[in-house]
Amino acid sequence: MTEIVADAGRCVGAGQCVLTDPDAFDQSDEDGTVVLLQAVPADDEALKRAQIAVEICPSRALSLTD
Amino acid sequence: MAVVCVEKVAIVGASLAGLAAVRALRRQSFAGEIVVVGAEPHRPYDRPPLSKDFLTGAVTTAGLALSPDDEDLGADWRLGVTATGFDPRTRSVRLDTGEVLRADGVVIATGARARPIEHVGVHTLRTLDDAIVLREALRQTGRLVVIGAGFIGAEVASSARKLGWDVTVVESLSTPLSGQLGTEMGEIVSRLHGDHGVRLLTGVPVSGLTGTDRIEAVQLADGARIEADLVVAGIGAIPNVEWLAEAGGLAAVTSVPGVVATGDVTGSQHWTFAVEHPATAVASLLGADPPVARAPYFWSDQYGVMIQFAGHRQPGDTVRIVEGDPEQRRFLAVYERDGQPSAVLGLNQPKLFTRWRRQLRSVPQEA
Repeated sequence: MTEIVADAGRCVGAGQCVLTDPDAFDQSDEDGTVVLLQAVPADDEALKRAQIAVEICPSRALSLTD
Repeated sequence: MAVVCVEKVAIVGASLAGLAAVRALRRQSFAGEIVVVGAEPHRPYDRPPLSKDFLTGAVTTAGLALSPDDEDLGADWRLGVTATGFDPRTRSVRLDTGEVLRADGVVIATGARARPIEHVGVHTLRTLDDAIVLREALRQTGRLVVIGAGFIGAEVASSARKLGWDVTVVESLSTPLSGQLGTEMGEIVSRLHGDHGVRLLTGVPVSGLTGTDRIEAVQLADGARIEADLVVAGIGAIPNVEWLAEAGGLAAVTSVPGVVATGDVTGSQHWTFAVEHPATAVASLLGADPPVARAPYFWSDQYGVMIQFAGHRQPGDTVRIVEGDPEQRRFLAVYERDGQPSAVLGLNQPKLFTRWRRQLRSVPQEA
């Protein structure tokens, strides 16, 4: 089962992931770093969006595990 | 939409846009052969940290890798190989190894290079190799003069200041970043230099450099002379299109079916364009529907302040602060045209920025 892993320590709060999938990602109120709403993509479309979010993250704070 | 049957794609350029093109091809279910040609000897690496955490030592070369070791994209990476010519009619790329690489589809992603100033002791920063040399030069401290107060120049100034250098930034424009942010916001953002003990001299072009064995000083048009132990020039970039000259240049070759361009070579200098646009370029190559394009976005980190900008600002747009206080260097500003938001700028306002940026997406954008 694929899971999204977010490293808030690396995150710069660019918000690219939130724009890609607002159902899976949010930003913290304090410093704008990533908050995972849905770590396990529900279907293939959600998985595709997660892959895109990983690729377009400017701080490379996101990854996928199997 | 007369698209040739695509079985083999050549991607010329192995940086962010080239890598994004490979990934987009695979995501768009392209199962054919992919050859990637890269002039630099390195696997795709992340450039934004080069002027920031890489210079200060917080990130090492290994930390810059863009593609995990286990990522298998099924591409043939030809690194350290430069494209020297192109025949768009046969989609043949001539390489400096003497080979000719022929493909059904060609993605031009050769990027851009730093505009140089040829003088001893003057550095530019664009590639990993540039950054390694500059990082070494910054090991001792002294007097640094940065020519150009754009984003690269400002980030280098910020990093060098952090390392203990005495830094002066010189800018020929009367307001730094006015082209990107407008005069009012450019002025506010450029105050960050003074906040952190960096001198900013604006509205004066550089007239010359002195020193024969090593750099001694930067000479300004108003007669001022600034002593320097090291100079970094951040004065723009030149698209790498010389290899297309014989074929008529970039516009001519991309008018041919089966040839597309993406990334910095197109004149854009934005990271997000280089990471997002390849999917659109590749879709047109494969005859597929392009993904939805977003408004341009860029960010910069200077003196610990996160600067974010998104949208299509044009001269004449009005700008107003909607949250925070410029004096605190923490605010959100919205640019408007005909009563509609055209762009948004945030300093240390990441969450609010994303909320406004999302609104921009619903505004129709010209292509």
